[in-house]
Amino acid sequence: MGPILQLKGVSRQFGGLLALNDVSFDMQPGEIVGLIGPNGAGKTTLVNTVTAVYSLTKGKIFFEGKRIDGMKPHEISRMGIARTFQIVQPFPKMTVLENVAAGALFAGGAKTLAKAKEQAMEHLRFVRLADFAQSLASALTLADRKRLELAKSLAMNPRLLLLDEVNAGLSNVEINRALELIRSLVERGITILLIEHLMKVVLALCSRVIVLHHGQLIAEGMSSEVVRDPRVVEAYLGSRFTKRQQKGKGYA
Amino acid sequence: MRRILLLSALVGILLLPMVGNNYVIRLTTIMMLYCVLALSWNFIGGLTGYPSFATAAFFGLGAYTGAICQGQGIPMYLAWILGALMAAVFATGLGLAILRLRGHYFAIASLVVADVLREVVNSATKLTGGGMGFNLPVLKMGVDAQAKLFYYLMFILAILTVGSAAYVNRHRLGFGLRCIKQNEDGANMIGINATIYKTIAFTLSAVFVGWAGAFYASWVNYIEPGDVFDILFSVKPIIMVLLGRAGTISGPIIGAVVFLFMEELVWRNFLTFHAGVLGLIVVALIFYLPEGVLALNFRHLLIWRKN
Repeated sequence: MGPILQLKGVSRQFGGLLALNDVSFDMQPGEIVGLIGPNGAGKTTLVNTVTAVYSLTKGKIFFEGKRIDGMKPHEISRMGIARTFQIVQPFPKMTVLENVAAGALFAGGAKTLAKAKEQAMEHLRFVRLADFAQSLASALTLADRKRLELAKSLAMNPRLLLLDEVNAGLSNVEINRALELIRSLVERGITILLIEHLMKVVLALCSRVIVLHHGQLIAEGMSSEVVRDPRVVEAYLGSRFTKRQQKGKGYA
Repeated sequence: MRRILLLSALVGILLLPMVGNNYVIRLTTIMMLYCVLALSWNFIGGLTGYPSFATAAFFGLGAYTGAICQGQGIPMYLAWILGALMAAVFATGLGLAILRLRGHYFAIASLVVADVLREVVNSATKLTGGGMGFNLPVLKMGVDAQAKLFYYLMFILAILTVGSAAYVNRHRLGFGLRCIKQNEDGANMIGINATIYKTIAFTLSAVFVGWAGAFYASWVNYIEPGDVFDILFSVKPIIMVLLGRAGTISGPIIGAVVFLFMEELVWRNFLTFHAGVLGLIVVALIFYLPEGVLALNFRHLLIWRKN
């Protein structure tokens, strides 16, 4: 089987700013790849081009061998690509259950609303939000809203999941829970692209890492090797990180 | 309890023409017309959250299509259907064009449509009679019989509208529209084809209005551009829906009834200043009941009065 996601020379320009500059990489099915880089490196833009929020200026994107650039967002999500947003996007005046059911109904292949709600309940149990099924989405805490976002994406039955900083703004305890959750997703066979600032999370989860800087892919490879790459250290991690790594703490 | 209320209301409306005089019959016909307009606007404005001011355009288009078809010798019943279809097709095309706009921009774009159509009708003198208006063939029946005929026709149309509103509300389409209202980008991301959904909602908001316009033309026998493309046909349904409760089914109906009641009461008591007084009441209601009459908690109200 070929790669599940393939980017070939992807560029995206905003006026004079080249947010993505000739980015190419492959993702294999079942893999969990970390996407790191400093603020403004183009990580979210990359997710937005894959999910068709932005069109490409140049390049091609393939999903399971089919070309998907130029498609509409709703078509992409029905194909089996789901994402979470850095800034969560719930339907605030609907219940938590309805939010997740929407994903199951419109992209997850549920035939009726009743079926969609049934499936939604399972996903809520999985992310441990079942107790809040009947509360309004706007009433949730940030950590819970992120889990709602995750449940909604899962309800879409994705084969590829793009997680855009699901851990930002969470406490240490909450992060550990999120880690468990992401691991169990991989066990389900979902391929994951993980945008993450916390190196602790990246090193714990990802076998492979891609580094963006000023819209360019500056390094790609095994996590343990990439964090020692001098260009990555200079652009993103900083020399203090390397020193701490050498001391064996492993935290950023 | 709710079923009994609903059933008795239906039976009451069905039996009313047996006992009521022509004034009551006329007023109730208008009430049902208002229900059709309000429930129609609710598709696009209440469910989808797009503030459309195009209701008058659809109404006038339906009225003139029905009238011209009848003038050409097409049977009345068929002419009505054509009026409804014309409004629906027009709304689909218009929707694909202007539903890209959001919020105020959409409102303005939809607002000018009725004005444009009115000018078109005004200048197409040969076909429409222009500003002179259009005389429809007179029905060969007595005044009382005619009043009753249109009463029941409007009743059927109102039932049809309520039926489709209830259907949409419960099914995938209504669910999708509510998602779009709350977060359109989010809706796109979970696989909702927002463009198609919005256009369907806009078309639904036109078809029954066009139908009602065609009825109206036959009912009053004479139409003119300034009458059927009146901006009030756009504004009133919005007020009714907001009066009741947006996005529900009973809300627009209750809003329509309350609005007609106020309109009639104010019109009778303030002959020279009725529009002004009505305006003040509307402003007061929106200030103190922004969520609509249905949001009132009547039990709380009773307790509050006891204290």
